[in-house]
Amino acid sequence: MLRDITLGQYYQTDSVIHRLDPRVKLVATIIFIISLFMVDNVIGYLIAAAFLACMVKISHVPFRFMVKGMKSIVFLLLIAVIFNLFLTPGEPLVTFWKLTVTKEGIRLAAMMAVRLVFLIIGSSLMTLTTTPNNLTDGMEKLMAPLKRLHVPVHEVAMMMSIALRFIPILLEETDKIMKAQIARGADFESGNLIKKVKSLVPLLVPLFISAFRRANDLAMAMEARCYRGGEHRTKMKPLVYHKRDRTAYAVLLAYSMICIYFGRFFKI
Amino acid sequence: MVIPMAIILDHVSHIYEEGTAMEVAALKDVSLTIPDGQFIGLIGHTGSGKSTLVQHLNGLMKPTSGHIYYNGADIHEEGFDKKELRSKVGLVFQYPEHQLFEVDVFSDVCFGPRNMGLDEKEVQLRAYAALKQVGLEDDYFYQSPFDLSGGQKRRAAIAGVLAMKPEVLILDEPTAGLDPKGRDEILDQIAALRDETGITVILVSHSMDDVAKYVDRIVVMNQGGVMYDDEPVNVFRYYKELEAVGLAAPQVTYIMQALKEKGFPVKTDIITIEEAKNEILRALGR
Repeated sequence: MLRDITLGQYYQTDSVIHRLDPRVKLVATIIFIISLFMVDNVIGYLIAAAFLACMVKISHVPFRFMVKGMKSIVFLLLIAVIFNLFLTPGEPLVTFWKLTVTKEGIRLAAMMAVRLVFLIIGSSLMTLTTTPNNLTDGMEKLMAPLKRLHVPVHEVAMMMSIALRFIPILLEETDKIMKAQIARGADFESGNLIKKVKSLVPLLVPLFISAFRRANDLAMAMEARCYRGGEHRTKMKPLVYHKRDRTAYAVLLAYSMICIYFGRFFKI
Repeated sequence: MVIPMAIILDHVSHIYEEGTAMEVAALKDVSLTIPDGQFIGLIGHTGSGKSTLVQHLNGLMKPTSGHIYYNGADIHEEGFDKKELRSKVGLVFQYPEHQLFEVDVFSDVCFGPRNMGLDEKEVQLRAYAALKQVGLEDDYFYQSPFDLSGGQKRRAAIAGVLAMKPEVLILDEPTAGLDPKGRDEILDQIAALRDETGITVILVSHSMDDVAKYVDRIVVMNQGGVMYDDEPVNVFRYYKELEAVGLAAPQVTYIMQALKEKGFPVKTDIITIEEAKNEILRALGR
């Protein structure tokens, strides 16, 4: 049941995208998201869709994995669409009771939906093709200049990698506790809202306890290995740009220029 | 007329993450019959599929192919009451103390029977009886479960399942992480409980020494399939094959083998220390 959540999960396979430097993938994801919000016509979205489709294709990750991750945002998506649909002022098309659907509303809602869906697919593509460790290494490297401003970059990266590392562990733990309580007759599905919230107590209490226990063990293990933070630490696998990474940056530059030019300034 | 055969597994297979790169076959075509009242040891090393198997028995997991019957009814048939099944087939997970959540031990044990919709008096009676069955003293009843020692927590958690009065009790590695004394106490109590009530018990373990003393039948799992399924004495004849898959016969069996090799006239199909003692005394002519 909980295996359905793919957000933040790595899909093990071999592809060009998997082998790219995590910094490239991070920058690419950021640029892709920015491009989604810069673009405001159909051509722009088609270009973004084509780019995304190509990336998904060469990543060798089955497409349904990204769709699975989408299930968790369906609700958010619905809210965004409904609010945009009904609350945008403009030329009225249909009126239900006090709510009016406007031409601008439909446009905005559609745009919002497409943006959100692309955003989720784009960012899950990054997490599906990059191991959490690699990802935080990349982040640490990218944010390194902030150290001058006394931002604890290493610590933040370490916390993120621990948090990411714990997601599958805690999911597994949740699954286990849930099963154990179901075996004792617990019911997590039926009943009204209050009953449902109450039924979570037998799940959440053991889960919190186990999370604290694990955090404590981890802290102890790190201390036993003399962990002292970022100063003078070396990496076993330092990040180095290869030819394919430079090619990827070039592709990315081309994409962003084309997408933003056609998506924003090109008039049909 | 249903023949009293509690659980039947008919060509059950389970494949995790089917159709992805992570595909793993955890169970491969397992067929087993578990009659009422038997004490079964389910043995296998880590990853042999024993935990997956037991989760199928109370319907927590659904086989990717094959059928499971409980008293003649297919448990995945439309309209089969799974909640009822779970109270009949009690499953104690590995490290069951990790599921404790209530403010005191007694309330925690009440959780299972209360979910069955029994009236409050019956719930409390059952909780009390279950706590007695696992040998927890009255002093602990109203303590926070988190203040108990490891062994006591484990008992409280087992009591939580016993309070539902299951017909089949499955224990997944109930002795993992306990000291030898705690281990023996828990196993002795399970054996005593079984003798008293006549329920079916399935004991999952990777330690032959743990189960040899108690069970009527041993099912050895390897790589998702059943490797041996026989009485303990017969299973341990294959101790060389068992070693090849990362298991072993009980230590006394090895001692008897060694004695025999040195020319001491003893039988080698011995699995408990008590039997070994008698056999050695007999061979010595006392």
